[in-house]
Amino acid sequence: MLALLVTVALALARTVLGPTVFDRVQGANTISTCAMLLIATHGFFAGRPEFLDLALVYGLLNVIGIIAILKFFRQGDLGAEDEAAE
Amino acid sequence: MSLLIDLLSAFCLLAGAFFCMVGGIGLVRMPDLFTRMHAASVTETLGAGLILLGLMLQAGLTLVTVKLIMIGLLIFFASPTSSHALARAALLGGVKPKLAEVEEKSSKP
Repeated sequence: MLALLVTVALALARTVLGPTVFDRVQGANTISTCAMLLIATHGFFAGRPEFLDLALVYGLLNVIGIIAILKFFRQGDLGAEDEAAE
Repeated sequence: MSLLIDLLSAFCLLAGAFFCMVGGIGLVRMPDLFTRMHAASVTETLGAGLILLGLMLQAGLTLVTVKLIMIGLLIFFASPTSSHALARAALLGGVKPKLAEVEEKSSKP
């Protein structure tokens, strides 16, 4: 768990320092993966395996969020205008 | 037998934590966005996989293991997808890989 926290700290440094937007997105992605693992490990050590469901939902939200952010930065919008035009 | 499983799971957890930390260090020390993505993928595949494997060995054959396998599958499908989207967005957004510039300079003269 301590190592995971250290990883979160290092990724946070990259997120804050990152020269471009994409570095920050990468740091955020690593932080959320580590947070997922932290939730799972904590649930295990606390003897409450219900936390695994939380980790699963967290991971799904993480993926959707990262892809939405990347689409936003690549195209300038979330594609809603194209759909409206069609 | 239970001692063996405990030892194996402790080894997996420690190795997973080690690889996670290696990925984090690489994330800070690497010079370029694309090499940094390479370092982060270490965290997402080896670190996460080994930690989940260690937890699975602790859990035994229960519903918890099924949930852990689901988390593992999710990571296995999601992290390449987001890495690919990130690299594509970065390339289209004008971030150049560092090595390509060096090769161009050295091949010109």
